[in-house]
Amino acid sequence: MKPDDFDIRTPMGRVRGLGSARSGTKHFWQERVTAVAAIPLTIAFFVIVASVLGRNHAAVVQILSSPLVAILLLLFIVNSIYHMWLGMQVIIEDYVHDDVPKLSSLMANTFFCAAAALASVYAILKLSFGV
Amino acid sequence: MTGSPIPRPRPLSPHLQIYRPTLTMTMSVVHRITGMGLYLGVLLIAWWLIAASSGPNAYAAVEGFFGSIIGRLVLFGYTWALIHHMLGGIRHLIWDTGRGFGAQEREWLARATIIGSIFLTVLLWAVGLLVVGPR
Repeated sequence: MKPDDFDIRTPMGRVRGLGSARSGTKHFWQERVTAVAAIPLTIAFFVIVASVLGRNHAAVVQILSSPLVAILLLLFIVNSIYHMWLGMQVIIEDYVHDDVPKLSSLMANTFFCAAAALASVYAILKLSFGV
Repeated sequence: MTGSPIPRPRPLSPHLQIYRPTLTMTMSVVHRITGMGLYLGVLLIAWWLIAASSGPNAYAAVEGFFGSIIGRLVLFGYTWALIHHMLGGIRHLIWDTGRGFGAQEREWLARATIIGSIFLTVLLWAVGLLVVGPR
């Protein structure tokens, strides 16, 4: 008897291959993609931090507002926060099982990550475009 | 069904504390803990960027904290957590290709992650404090 004989999924469900969470391996894959991207971006972040170390505010602003540095910072911060949003979701789903605390924690995770990302992006853009 | 009035507790599968801690198990836990630390640590980066974009006074306040003993300890811990999580992540990416699961390989990878993260953290701080910092 083939394993397929026990498969109670519909033909359409089998073709889509998305499983009970309706998202297939999307979460796993996005975690890997952001992890791979994080390696060069984190190295770039260390270089940027080293370049502003010990400089006064005016010099720091000048460095952070240059296009290459600002773009690398934007990529670093958005990629990192997306990665940690996915990671914290896994931690919550592993340890919090009751509906209300679980859904509240998942929401809080999204709120925290969205706020941290937007605040950082706003600051980087403000450094670049002045005012 | 008429059984005993008080049902016997069903046997449960053993949880973490039953097993003798191994290096790879500890590394898995540390990977998760460093991830949670970095999660909160992103506030330090956000604070730094917002302060830099706010003006010299706000930036001086951040620099004051980052330059203090506590601030430096926090940043040192943050640096180590970031590097350790990155090296641990590279280990996971190697495993994702199906390699590195042998008994000796996984022990070797675990040791390389610990030694590498401590070495790189100390190296970065040495460069920061001795070479770049005093300019």
